[in-house]
Amino acid sequence: MTAPGNGRAPTDRILRIIRVVGNVLIILIVVAWSGRGVKVDIQRLGRGLGTIGRIIGAMFPPSTEHFGRAVAAMVESIQIAIVGTTVAAVLTLPVSFLAAKNLGAPNAVVWLVKQFLNAIRAFPELVFGIFFVASYGPGPLAGVMAIGVNSVGMLGKLNAEIVENIDRGPIEALEAAGANRIEVFVYAILPQVIPEFVATALYRFELNLRNATVLGLVGAGGIGVILLQSLQFRRWPVVGMALLIVVVAVTVVDYSSAYLRKRIN
Amino acid sequence: MTTSFKTSVDSGSRAMIVRRRLKRGVVTAVVIAIYVWSARGIGFNVVDILRELPLFFSLLGRMLPPNWSFGLRILPAVIETIQIAILATAIGAVFSVPITLLAAGNVNGNRPLYLVAKAFMNLIRTIPELLYASILVAGIGLGAFAGMIALVIFSTGVIAKLTSESLEAVDTGPFEAIHAVGGNKLELIRMAVIPQILPSFSGYTLYVFEINIRASTVLGLVGAGGIGTVLRTSLDLFRYQNAATTILVTFLLVAVIDFVSTKLRERLI
Amino acid sequence: MTVVYPGGVTALDKLNLKINRGEFVVVVGLSGAGKSTLLRCVNRLVSPTSGRVEIDGTDVTSAGTKKLRAVRGRIGMIFQNFNLVKRSLVLKNVLAGRVSYVPTWRTMLGWFPRADKAIALECLERVGIAEKAAVRADALSGGQQQRVGIARALAQRPQIILADEPVASLDPPTSHSVMRDLKRINQEDGITTIVNLHFIDMAIEYADRIIGLREGALVFDGTPADTSEAVFEEIYGRAITAEDKLGDGP
Repeated sequence: MTAPGNGRAPTDRILRIIRVVGNVLIILIVVAWSGRGVKVDIQRLGRGLGTIGRIIGAMFPPSTEHFGRAVAAMVESIQIAIVGTTVAAVLTLPVSFLAAKNLGAPNAVVWLVKQFLNAIRAFPELVFGIFFVASYGPGPLAGVMAIGVNSVGMLGKLNAEIVENIDRGPIEALEAAGANRIEVFVYAILPQVIPEFVATALYRFELNLRNATVLGLVGAGGIGVILLQSLQFRRWPVVGMALLIVVVAVTVVDYSSAYLRKRIN
Repeated sequence: MTTSFKTSVDSGSRAMIVRRRLKRGVVTAVVIAIYVWSARGIGFNVVDILRELPLFFSLLGRMLPPNWSFGLRILPAVIETIQIAILATAIGAVFSVPITLLAAGNVNGNRPLYLVAKAFMNLIRTIPELLYASILVAGIGLGAFAGMIALVIFSTGVIAKLTSESLEAVDTGPFEAIHAVGGNKLELIRMAVIPQILPSFSGYTLYVFEINIRASTVLGLVGAGGIGTVLRTSLDLFRYQNAATTILVTFLLVAVIDFVSTKLRERLI
Repeated sequence: MTVVYPGGVTALDKLNLKINRGEFVVVVGLSGAGKSTLLRCVNRLVSPTSGRVEIDGTDVTSAGTKKLRAVRGRIGMIFQNFNLVKRSLVLKNVLAGRVSYVPTWRTMLGWFPRADKAIALECLERVGIAEKAAVRADALSGGQQQRVGIARALAQRPQIILADEPVASLDPPTSHSVMRDLKRINQEDGITTIVNLHFIDMAIEYADRIIGLREGALVFDGTPADTSEAVFEEIYGRAITAEDKLGDGP
């Protein structure tokens, strides 16, 4: 098997190099353009990082002044997240089945529902928040509505995928035994699907807790309100304390949720 | 003897069924209790919502029809939004490289450093981007710069977490080969780590870019630049029809970027 | 030397071995008998718990990091699972063998000197797959991938080649083909070669010298002519079955 000394065509290699270099150049140009637009250069970046250091320094030691209020507010955020996720989960139930291809809903309906869910998902959470604060007034209610409506998008999509991926075996077995559609649904589909629905709701809850804390920044209740106030008055130690509480709460929730989700599977 | 065997099996499985039902009942009761406690805590009342629904619809009414000509005036803000996202993703990707390498157990042999890197990564990710943005606005001042830094912090955390997890699952055969050939740590990274992890890293960066575009559209709501500032001003000035246009433009932007990014990620695989 | 793994498993027990330059040695034994451990002690991918490994007078066991890397640079290793970077091109995989000869900064930038690239191509040619140089490694068949592994080892201009079950993942004709390549290289270049095999018929066919390990201890050391069915039964601790032979000659 004799082979030429250089075992590949020179043009191939040059084309590959051009493609790689071209891609890198495009990325660099785009980034540079963005930098110009945002008026950021390396210097400013460095100074910004320095400022972050100073901010962090100012936040420690965290203040214990409004500790009680902050904890109560965090609890409120948790409650907002719980209610919002639960409402969304319940609302999403019919939707998840409608958006699944394999359940006999007409294709047009499935497509429509999926597009509707995608539309909801394209809205950033905070926009819902501002919207509901504007119409319902500030307070936890607006927060719950925002989280509820926003979660339907993601929950609907994930749940629909779960339904589409179920094992057909039990369904066929029941149909072979002469069960009607309702019985098949209750005994073959639901048991497979419900634990996973709960798992997605738990996953969404983790995200919603974060959203709930942020929604407070626009007035929708919870610890975000405390943060807003302390930021307005530049009370950095209070900010530090509130942040700490958020970190602890989110970490605890994340771990618990992960543990529960593992138990479910 | 056969009869007593049968009875013991029956009672055993019966007890198991009863236990399962009991467990499920308890769990459901706990879940409902948590919900009720939460709902009462915040004063959530379905009746209230339904009663106030007209307010919601009246707001909706005031937002229609959207002021289309406003759409052209917010173009610079749209561009700024995109630029913030691009810049933040790029810088975040760069910053995430050292953290990724440190947070991968099969690349970083130093256990304390590994634990610190992992803890740092997880810590960053607990705080939502917009919280960072608010804090930075209070510390640095209003504008896109604060928003961008906030997204940089967030991006670094997410890209590092996703990439380091992929890295820890990668084929270590080539690692052994580079050790056997006499390579040092840097050469190992260049010859065995980078070629294997680059596609995943690029995919995750694109994914984070999608998230950043969404986040970037709302940064302005807390004063950190982008199209959100326009939305905030419109609402503050009660120009609801302008707000409607802004929301629609935001929606369009996110949808387009999602589409483009999905196509790009397909090409990566 | 002795090797005890954490967990208390004694992989090698007071092994005493001298291998001469240019020998083609085949190590046989059951899985877990210590073959892999023995090989990896030579280039210290595994450190002996007690005892020493010396190569040409240099003590490998106590060498510092830099020295160890230099030593490893002269020892080529071939793996059962090839250990190639699948997404990289064949040539790049072979160039990995030149890593200890080329300054680190060049490796980082991927700027290998022309001379090293020539060496890499020459090694590919020696194993007969030079035309695959610009192909992704995972596009090759198993036998071809192992040849890339051999080329990578050759690119190191090694004094010693270690092969850990190099043909376990290959079919019989390809296995013989690869073993023939290894034998040819050993004879043409005089490179000391140590190969782990679990097929005894292959061991008899290719080895100058056979070493039998059983539960970490040396139980046989001699030429293929000295072996017999009984000898292998002693090494394996059980009767020889058809699974221990590859069959289907070249």
